[in-house]
Amino acid sequence: MDSGGADAARILSEIKGLKATKSDIEAKISALEAQLKDLNCRNDAVSSNGSCPLATSLDSGLGHGLSPEMIHRYSRQLLLPSFGVQAQSNLLKSSILVVGAGGLGSPALLYLAACGVGRLGIVDNDEVELNNMHRQIIHTEAYIGRLKVESAAAACRAINSTVQIVEHKEALRTSNALEILSKYDVVVDATDNAPGRYMISDCCVVLGKPLVSGAALGLEGQLSVYNYNGGPCYRCLFPTPPPTTACQRCSDSGVLGVVPGIIGCLQALEAIKIASAVGEPLVGRMLLFDALSGRIRIVKIRGRSLHCEVCGENATFTRQQFQEFDYEKFTQSPLSASAPPKLNLLSGDSRISSKDYNERLKNGEVHILVDVRPEHHFRIVSLPNSLNIPLSTLEKRLAEISSALREAEGQRDASLYVICRRGNDSQRAVNYLHDIGFTSAKDIIGGLESWARDVDPSFPTY
Amino acid sequence: MDAVEGESKYYSTQGMPKKEEGSSVGIKVLFFARARDLTGLSDVRLEVPFGSTASDCLKELAVRFPGLEEIRQCIVLALNEEYASESTVIKENDELAIIPPISGG
Ligand SMILES: [Zn+2]
Repeated sequence: MDSGGADAARILSEIKGLKATKSDIEAKISALEAQLKDLNCRNDAVSSNGSCPLATSLDSGLGHGLSPEMIHRYSRQLLLPSFGVQAQSNLLKSSILVVGAGGLGSPALLYLAACGVGRLGIVDNDEVELNNMHRQIIHTEAYIGRLKVESAAAACRAINSTVQIVEHKEALRTSNALEILSKYDVVVDATDNAPGRYMISDCCVVLGKPLVSGAALGLEGQLSVYNYNGGPCYRCLFPTPPPTTACQRCSDSGVLGVVPGIIGCLQALEAIKIASAVGEPLVGRMLLFDALSGRIRIVKIRGRSLHCEVCGENATFTRQQFQEFDYEKFTQSPLSASAPPKLNLLSGDSRISSKDYNERLKNGEVHILVDVRPEHHFRIVSLPNSLNIPLSTLEKRLAEISSALREAEGQRDASLYVICRRGNDSQRAVNYLHDIGFTSAKDIIGGLESWARDVDPSFPTY
Repeated sequence: MDAVEGESKYYSTQGMPKKEEGSSVGIKVLFFARARDLTGLSDVRLEVPFGSTASDCLKELAVRFPGLEEIRQCIVLALNEEYASESTVIKENDELAIIPPISGG
């Protein structure tokens, strides 16, 4: 039995290693293939009478620049009277930048690569994680722990090796945004945080680029096209950023995977319409998607605001001002949305590490453990014998803590520990408990995440 | 709210049987995104005095749902799916959408 288990573990680890090597090699092959095609095309262009099947500037005399292979590949789009060869040719000559290779960026990139955009840029500096996979469908398990940009680029090349894929393996910041965005015709905002949305919109105004902006959270999505055809910019609509409490992250509030998928597809559609110059872009209108009720509403929104600080009549927002603008301070939230900042509300003697708590647990210390996470979090996983009193209900349910303490030891000094997911809400709770007389309350530093990391690696994290 | 309601019925000599000054208008308010979390509702019926503006409706909503204050400075309004400024006057059976931005992805 034992040796069988060890064998299985060894085989699994070998498979994992080989898979990683395999996906590495595949990525290298597809990058080299793309390079070779590029090179061939350039050489052919120089020798003038060569015919490169993938040449982006090749002209068959018909003026559309589509090679025979492209005509075959895109034939179903060429057959569309309202799209046709002219739109396909426009698309081939265009470049689109997708900021963020996550839930929105995944489907957007797949469709943009498939449909034949000439050059497709991807900006991101995150790595693929297991809890991304339910919605970030461009990534495969083999890429967990590796850069999203590499993973997304490999997927795009695998779908369409004739598209030039550009990998920007860095976070978009005011220091690099002007340079990166200036190289593209259309920008797709597929980020997941408020400061990023303002920064990208402002940068598009400064550079005069159309912006296809999408967002998704929970079971809702929003979509609009900004700074195009005289329409508003993001700031015209939302001159004042939402308070941090209203800026929710998918990592806190959750999101049903297909919801960003739908919005990301619609972003690809709007970007294709703009790049190929067909149809009526979603300018001055906002699409609201409500997954639960199965409703899509399109509401007219305001036009460009004369008083907008960035695109308004008297606005003088320059490149330099853009570079000096502090978007994190403006929105009071970080540009990286993966985890909230760690609070530090309590003095050291009001806190205890998860390891020390575990020691006390093993020593049989009489205590009460209050878990202040919302009930639906508690139902996912919890520590044995913990009492769930969500932070929002703490004030009303103090009697439960008092009676639990009394029951625990029949006297006043059983210890009281408070835990949450990451160690912020537990500090808020302890602060409050101290104020109203539960002076022995202690916060477990870093919450259940630290328990999983430092005490019990088999404890599920989410 | 409106002390002259009883009287105004008798002032109505202009052939406006239902919605004369002094009566109220009923509208449907739609909540999106964070507004939905804060109210716990996706829509609600609201009665406001005749002649009320979108801004008056927001004030009335703030009384019923104090939590909405959080997003008061950061919403887009749409009236019957058309753009509405806060000074737009509300009519019977209008649909007022309260749309805060989402930033997730
Ligand atoms: Zn503007």
